[in-house]
Amino acid sequence: MGKLPNKILFILGVFLAAAFSLAPFLWFVSAAFKDQTQITAIPPEWLPSFSVEAFSSTVTQHGIFHYLWNSVIVAGGATLVTIILGALAGYALARLSRGWAQITLMGILACAMFPQIAIVGPVWRFLKFMGWLNTYQGLILPYVALTLPLAIWILAVFFREMPEELESAALVDGCTRLGSLVRVIIPLSAPGLFTAAILTFIYAWNEFFLALLIMTDPARQTMPVGIALFQGEHTIPWGEIAAASLITTAPLIFMVLLFQRRIVTGLSAGAIKG
Amino acid sequence: MASLTLKGITKRFGNTIALSNIDLSVDDGEFCVLLGPSGCGKSTLLQIISGLTVQDEGSVILDNELVDHLSPRDRDVAMVFQSYALYPHMTVAQNLAFGLRMRGIPKDIIDKNIMDTANLLGIQDLLKRRPKELSGGQRQRVAMGRALVRRPKLFLLDEPLSNLDAMLRISVRLELMRLHKQIQGTILYVTHDQVEAMTLGDKVVVMKAGNIHQIDRPEVIYNRPADTFVASFIGSPAMNIFKGKIVADKKGLMFKGEDFSLNVKNIPSNLKNKPVEIGIRPEDIEISTGAENELKTKIEIVSNVGSEKYIYARIGSATLTARTKKDDNFKSGKDILLSINPSTLHIFYNGKRV
Repeated sequence: MGKLPNKILFILGVFLAAAFSLAPFLWFVSAAFKDQTQITAIPPEWLPSFSVEAFSSTVTQHGIFHYLWNSVIVAGGATLVTIILGALAGYALARLSRGWAQITLMGILACAMFPQIAIVGPVWRFLKFMGWLNTYQGLILPYVALTLPLAIWILAVFFREMPEELESAALVDGCTRLGSLVRVIIPLSAPGLFTAAILTFIYAWNEFFLALLIMTDPARQTMPVGIALFQGEHTIPWGEIAAASLITTAPLIFMVLLFQRRIVTGLSAGAIKG
Repeated sequence: MASLTLKGITKRFGNTIALSNIDLSVDDGEFCVLLGPSGCGKSTLLQIISGLTVQDEGSVILDNELVDHLSPRDRDVAMVFQSYALYPHMTVAQNLAFGLRMRGIPKDIIDKNIMDTANLLGIQDLLKRRPKELSGGQRQRVAMGRALVRRPKLFLLDEPLSNLDAMLRISVRLELMRLHKQIQGTILYVTHDQVEAMTLGDKVVVMKAGNIHQIDRPEVIYNRPADTFVASFIGSPAMNIFKGKIVADKKGLMFKGEDFSLNVKNIPSNLKNKPVEIGIRPEDIEISTGAENELKTKIEIVSNVGSEKYIYARIGSATLTARTKKDDNFKSGKDILLSINPSTLHIFYNGKRV
């Protein structure tokens, strides 16, 4: 095979993959900007009329900002707790003797393998016992439990790459163990922390199943649940659903694009000779 | 500044013994070099003194005070690492300030100490830069500065020059000697480079496989190596060492090797008929003009290092290295006579110096 056909195949492959994932997204972006009649028109109209009717109705009729706020608190809280716990656990596992650390990491990974549906019963009963149903912490807690394994893995692998001499230098310079983690290792691990944080945030932001079960009170519901409950008994307000989905997705896309540079940048350059 | 005493330090990693019953004392203001091949435990010893690694047995005494229970931050020692381990997210000034800030020293004193240290090391112009914007030599200086700025009781230097190129290494070595004169600090310096050890150390500790083989001034280490390991490790090219035994001759005691024999001097007579090893430094061998202890050899290779030449000659199955002047003209394949002054011979019995 020559180089040119290879390249064409490569471009074609990338194009197909992108089209496959982006087409539905583009379809609902377009739907969000259509008016009521355009959405149900047959044959379908590809280009929207750029009406903002759906957006204004999500805000006025469905109180979208209120769901958004709940999502921000739950996803933000879960991310914060996961990253703090994940950094502590990941650091310990990165520096413990290899054998035990590996076994522990495997155990943590095994915990992450449980399907949600298997744990949802006990989780619900536990939250009911604690009186945490319909509270923010009641949703943050299972989110932390579910995202922690991946965060620990990402951070443990990242911390392992950090030269140990940097910590030794910090310890001799007068830091405690925790001090050397906070003052030297964490600032240098920003790319790893951002990666773990974004993955956690995306999970918590999009999670539907637990949110639906735990938050039965509309005052506490998050965005995905809120959107799902837009539909009435006889109508499905496609325009509003599309508009609300777009509002939900936008912050994620914005965040990933914003931090992409930081994720890629290797901050640790220059620590060691060379 | 302070003195350091180690008593019976032992460290095991699993089944391997990294350090076995190490005793050592370093005087106040002394420059002590730990020298040995890689894996001899010298870096582990440094880690134990700093408190980064905990010994299995024995104790570390700093300034007549037991420090075994203290964490690294409370021992008041400074360390320079092989990789320098500068904090990449801080400027040079922040790197220097870090240890002082951690100890809660007021800002104006920190600033003053940083300036003093920067002036001492000639890094005033680098203070605002980050480590990645520095050359290898500059990073090395900053690493030194980070240790110096705190005025600790003890400096621990772990192969600080091994990442520099050959030219820079020599100039930094000289600077280090000058610096030591100036600050009068107690320094423990780890290296595998015998030239660094010989030039820098007031005292050299030769280590191998977790044991100390000899502790002495560099001249003594070179002139009177305690055993065959020290003899062969120190000196370049290495000392010639031959196995053989001591036999009685009509003239007195002789060393009889596999392919040659030599007159020896000052040997206790109880070594008669005992297996021994003799060591001859390449510079103690002369191209003969007909004196005693002559050896007939054939030149195998002549290697020219510019300032002098080394002759690798063959006696039977053994190879012998001899040093000659740079102007001497020898060709490989030629037969020559070598003479050795019996008083320059090093004699070892059971590996130990006699």
